[in-house]
Amino acid sequence: MRASDREKEWASLMRASIAGDAAAYQNLLTQLTPVLRKAARRGLAQAGMADTDAEDVVQETLLAIHLKRQSFEPEAPFGPWLWTIARHKLVDALRRRGRRINLPIDDFVEVLANEDFEPSMIVADVDRHLDGLPAGQRNVVKIIAVDGGSIDEAATKLTMTKGAVRVALHRGLASLAAKLR
Amino acid sequence: MKTDHLIHALALDSQIQSPPVKRVLAVAAVPALAIALGLYFSLLGLRPHLIALLGEPRISFKIALCLLLAVLSGPLVLRLARPGAEVRRPALLLFIPVALLAVSIMAEAATVPEVLWGQRLIGSNAAFCLKSIPLLALAPLAGVLIALRHGAPTRPGLAGAVAGLLSGAIGAALYATHCPDDSPFFVATWYTLGVAIVTAVGAIAGWRLLRW
Repeated sequence: MRASDREKEWASLMRASIAGDAAAYQNLLTQLTPVLRKAARRGLAQAGMADTDAEDVVQETLLAIHLKRQSFEPEAPFGPWLWTIARHKLVDALRRRGRRINLPIDDFVEVLANEDFEPSMIVADVDRHLDGLPAGQRNVVKIIAVDGGSIDEAATKLTMTKGAVRVALHRGLASLAAKLR
Repeated sequence: MKTDHLIHALALDSQIQSPPVKRVLAVAAVPALAIALGLYFSLLGLRPHLIALLGEPRISFKIALCLLLAVLSGPLVLRLARPGAEVRRPALLLFIPVALLAVSIMAEAATVPEVLWGQRLIGSNAAFCLKSIPLLALAPLAGVLIALRHGAPTRPGLAGAVAGLLSGAIGAALYATHCPDDSPFFVATWYTLGVAIVTAVGAIAGWRLLRW
């Protein structure tokens, strides 16, 4: 598929998502993830950072796309929108990591050598901020975003209404993104 | 957290959407302009015989110039809230009011004797102008910044500055209907300074408040 066709498909998936089609939305995010991962790895490598951080950047970018998806204008091209957000979050991540003490690169060599590791298994930065959320949001985010549970499961486990679970999930995701600034 | 699970969570959260910037701006504009107008009518008020005076080119020019600046900076601020949007063209359009102001200065210099220049420049109300424009711009600036928080400005300082420019232009347009100083010398100096103050405040506020 040509890049422009691919972007047209993403744009139409995004329009469907904004119109409320959750399946289209999940499909879109799933398609974007490997592309964002590749871009994050390249960006981190160019900055001389370990690409073990790539999955953090991917997750932060997905969160940003999610919370800012209303800024996508339906008639506008999808590519510039996506790449501007991806670059913005990468720069953010580099800026934050620049302030930290970086581990010597040798520590990562083993991880890097192991090419067939499952990238989505990496514990991400997002996790470190989970504990800082208010309990109500944290419990819901843990069940749904960490363990992959459903709204119903979370509602049953936490004896909450489904509506309250949805609100807590939304607020939890928004506060996670805020902590990552 | 597995990325797949995060995607699953984001898809489950797809029903709650924040409203687009344009709509928030339209809603926020009502109280913002109401506050600005309230301040205007309680502290400043219309210049006497304004309607009759609109035939005087200096007066209609200064009001039109402020309105033009507001009309041109509005679309720019909306684009700055959209990642990947083209901002060059709307940004270049801002040179139109600057050029018009420059032309009006030259026209004033050509028609007014040099001995009067200093008096025209200082005017009668410079300090009041410098206070009034930011005061009238404050509520509009708050409204625009609230709207921008619903957008995704990747250059928060710049977006805040243009929000300040827009609000400053609104404040200046209101002030222009009160202000007795009409010379382009006065406008170019004190109005510009007033709007610049609001722009700087907007830039600082944007840099702090508009990150995401």
